Amino acid sequence: MVGAVNAAAALSVRGLSFAYPDGRVALSGVDLLVERGERVALLGPNGAGKTTLALHLNGVLMPASGTVVVTGLPVRRENLREIRRRVGLVFQDPDDQLFMPTVADDVAFGPANFGVRGAQLEQRVVQALAAVGMVSHADRSPLHLSGGQRRRVALATVLACEPDILVLDEPSANLEPVARRELAETLAELDTTMLMITHDLPYTAQLCPRSVIMDDGVVVADGPTRELLADAALLAKHRLELPWGFAL
Amino acid sequence: MGAGHVHPLHRPGDSPVHRLPPQVKIVAALLAVLAVVATPREVPLAFAVHLLVLLAVWRVAGIPVRWFATRAVIELPFVVLAVLLPFAGGTPRVHVLGTSLSVGGLYAAFNILAKGTLGVLVSLTLAATTPLRDLVLGLQRLRAPAIVTTIATLMLRYLDVIAGEARRMRLARVARGHDPRFVFQAGATARGMGSLFIRSYERGERVHLAMLSRGWTGVLPEHGRAASPAQWLAALAPAALMALVAAVAWWVR
Repeated sequence: MVGAVNAAAALSVRGLSFAYPDGRVALSGVDLLVERGERVALLGPNGAGKTTLALHLNGVLMPASGTVVVTGLPVRRENLREIRRRVGLVFQDPDDQLFMPTVADDVAFGPANFGVRGAQLEQRVVQALAAVGMVSHADRSPLHLSGGQRRRVALATVLACEPDILVLDEPSANLEPVARRELAETLAELDTTMLMITHDLPYTAQLCPRSVIMDDGVVVADGPTRELLADAALLAKHRLELPWGFAL
Repeated sequence: MGAGHVHPLHRPGDSPVHRLPPQVKIVAALLAVLAVVATPREVPLAFAVHLLVLLAVWRVAGIPVRWFATRAVIELPFVVLAVLLPFAGGTPRVHVLGTSLSVGGLYAAFNILAKGTLGVLVSLTLAATTPLRDLVLGLQRLRAPAIVTTIATLMLRYLDVIAGEARRMRLARVARGHDPRFVFQAGATARGMGSLFIRSYERGERVHLAMLSRGWTGVLPEHGRAASPAQWLAALAPAALMALVAAVAWWVR
């Protein structure tokens, strides 16, 4: 009963292939299953297809072949609205994500698009900002926030949509050490299913019990994070390595 | 509204004029400008009354006249043209201090000067009492096309981001010894502009993807509040007065 198993899964990707209009093949047969409540890291060298895969999960890109199913609902044009509510994508650069004049406006943007209105909308905004510790900045412009604060607000804009699965593209990039740790604490407290694209292997070890390594458009390894990160030969083969002085 | 997007033409305050919903102020300003433009140039007194109406509005808004005076210099380049008209115009001509001036040219110059100044002052009044963000909200409530308000909203947000990017790129050029003093050295700056354009374009694409990912369908969620009849009446009163002045001026001309 493969179907029943998939319906229970938060995310099921099968045989996913995609080539960009210029002919560059980004994904060539990706298979990935993420169960509800799991926190999974997606690792791999630059150009492995990680971000391309993320853009398929909410239908921003459509597969050339293969399927993506999110909590039982296949990614198809007619389902896009519901798919985008279920899959929350946090982009790498918060300046790409935060475009409204105030933090509160920006956090309200997603849920308002999904039909939430009035007091319920305000409550969503406050809850999402509370989850990332930014309630006191609700009326400020994103321009006037620090990098770490912007990252947390970008996370809040997606949390406000109450997604079933959270997809984060390099959440720890460009953060100062304290902001990086604070974000990790925020993420660790969320019980949403999470797929985290990252180059930050210590972050992976801290937050994600399971890791998937992608290279050249396919999944090349999938297993407990500690086992993968301890396999120096595997890491080296895919241009990954632990930072100097770091050992598992 | 929240902080941020402070622009040099805005003067934050809490006066009755500041508190009016933006949409009524936009309509009032537009009507006031139309009234000024429709006033016949042969009745200088009418323009004086227009100015008195504006002075009253500034009084209520609690903004000193000097504040407007310094910002109205934006008009100067246009006034230069007006100054030439009395010399260049045709007959009949009058002689003032030994200089021959065209009567038609004098009227034309006065017309440009008076209407231009009043028009600028009306716009400055709107800008001084309304934050940029509220102007966009006002346009949205006035049913301006969604594409226009969306573009304006995005422009407000990204102007500073792109300016920051341009600043960093310039610093990086200067740090590598670039010191353009002559036109023929401007090549690097021009190429910098080119790559800034491409970077902004790419950012636009990413912003669009991020908006789609949060369920965007082409219309920004509506904010702002509806205006009460009393607010419409209060905001339109000065504009109505100016329209009346214009009508009377036509009558007595």
